[in-house]
Amino acid sequence: MHKITCPYCGERSEEEFKYAGPSHLERPIPASEVTDSQWAEYLFMRDNIKGISLERWGHIHGCSQYFNLIRNTVTHEIYGCYQMGEQPPEGWQKLGDKK
Amino acid sequence: MQHYSVFSLARNAMKHHEDWHKAWRSPPLKEEYEVVIVGGGGHGLATAYYLAKEHNITDVAVIEAGWLGGGNTGRNTITVRSNYLYPESAEFYDFSLKQYEILSRELNFNVMLRQAGLLRLSHSHHDVEMSRRAINAMHMNGVDAEWLTREEIIELAPGVNVSEEARFPIFGGMNQPRGGVARHDGVAWGYARAADDRGVDIIQQCAVTGFEKAADGSHLVVTQKGTVKAKKVALCVAGHSSVLAEMAGFRLPVTSMALQACVSEPLKPFIDTVVLSPDAGVYVSQSDKGEVVMGGGLDLYPSYAQRGNVHTLENIVAGIVEIFPKLRRVKLMRQWAGIVDIVYDSSPIIGHTPVKNMYVNCGFGTGGFKAIPAGGYTLAHTIATDQPHKLTEAFGLNRFETGAFIDEMGAAGIAH
Ligand SMILES: Cc1cc2nc3c(=O)[nH]c(=O)nc-3n(C[C@H](O)[C@H](O)[C@H](O)COP(=O)(O)OP(=O)(O)OC[C@H]3O[C@@H](n4cnc5c(N)ncnc54)[C@H](O)[C@@H]3O)c2cc1C
Ligand SMILES: [Zn+2]
Repeated sequence: MHKITCPYCGERSEEEFKYAGPSHLERPIPASEVTDSQWAEYLFMRDNIKGISLERWGHIHGCSQYFNLIRNTVTHEIYGCYQMGEQPPEGWQKLGDKK
Repeated sequence: MQHYSVFSLARNAMKHHEDWHKAWRSPPLKEEYEVVIVGGGGHGLATAYYLAKEHNITDVAVIEAGWLGGGNTGRNTITVRSNYLYPESAEFYDFSLKQYEILSRELNFNVMLRQAGLLRLSHSHHDVEMSRRAINAMHMNGVDAEWLTREEIIELAPGVNVSEEARFPIFGGMNQPRGGVARHDGVAWGYARAADDRGVDIIQQCAVTGFEKAADGSHLVVTQKGTVKAKKVALCVAGHSSVLAEMAGFRLPVTSMALQACVSEPLKPFIDTVVLSPDAGVYVSQSDKGEVVMGGGLDLYPSYAQRGNVHTLENIVAGIVEIFPKLRRVKLMRQWAGIVDIVYDSSPIIGHTPVKNMYVNCGFGTGGFKAIPAGGYTLAHTIATDQPHKLTEAFGLNRFETGAFIDEMGAAGIAH
């Protein structure tokens, strides 16, 4: 079983958290001018990355806060987290490389 | 192809079983094919078979990264059924079940179909009403379904917890008598053997690593064993659909998740039917070897690790023990997971992609084993004619733009 570090509560069991979709999806605007295919891209099309991925997670059975997690979808390794509204730390794509 | 029959069995027994032919060839990859199918799971192999059989297209390669059926096809809990809510799904999945009913004879390969019913338990008054609605929908779609009382369930599924004090009391259940199980690798091998017999090249241990364009507009499929030219390409890679789509330059509305299952030590036969409890979040059947086959819902987050989480397994086992208390002391023998391709409306995507002459079959998520004959049949039609098949018109990628979803989550209730 995994431990995930909530930026507010610290290390907790993974069962307390909920995956809430990929990070940094930008809603297209203005709504009146958004085409069907742009909506489809935003709402449904996914990178579904095999490897290091930037994800939103919520500590729903804890403090209820949402944050971003940098996670490897193959190894389930977690490299770190950052706040909502922030950009990922530079060089995040290389976080999995062995030092 | 060496015909399998009781006589060939007897003949080979006399020769100490040393004279059986290989079920399919392992030819080298040619430089060019009319159609390259990526993925040697059930859907890829069935597509190849129906291309050859129905459309006389035999210049075909199936390219598989690992071994045949080593993806979800060989990891699934083998339930077949067609108890869907919407007409589009009912037609598609019932066509599939009908193909299963003739498959062993058609392929000359025993896929061990056992139609002993698929029973979905109702644990509350609300659930009873939903099940009755589903039964009505199925009848209107021409699919078999029946309501069973508590007493009938005791008869059909001995061992279910019918105690008044049960956490999930049993109010009755919905049964699809034609539902049941079939042997997973038998389906993959049967299609592989029959496709090979018609000239299809099956290439194993050969991952596709990229796509390029040839000067004449054909696809160049880059693989571990060299680059192949193909007029048409079909992606049948389930949980890896997004990875292959990215190589080809488009995206899909798919999220890859782990789905787990486990089996117990072998027991004497005690149940024929597949029993499903949406409330406990589990389903059970007993294999021909006697193992109790158990499955539940998806793991909690996207994953490409064919492993599965411990607490999801714990939930499955806890649910099983609620429904079948007598399995309490039985030992688990194996646990595993497959990476399934989850789509927003729990319906498959079959047909065209944004790339010309490239087609896709994906999005079956937790329930595409039962759909292998129909998925292969309809995709072969689309590859051959460049038109959607009548059965899959509603299952194209374009529904994510039009919003014409076929939301089967409510109908199925649980992954299987
Ligand atoms: C635990 C579990 C239980 C299930 N239970 C049921 C059930 O009871 N009933 C039911 O109907 N369905 C069930 N399913 C779902 C079902 O297994 C799948 O929907 C179905 O097998 C998908 O078949 P497929 O041929 O599309 O994919 P797969 O069988 O996964 O085949 C895809 C193949 O593509 C290959 N591949 C991937 N990448 C590449 C590449 N780059 N190059 C070449 N090849 C590649 C893979 O190695 C794999 O063999 C279950 C699934 C799981 C995991
Ligand atoms: Zn927290």
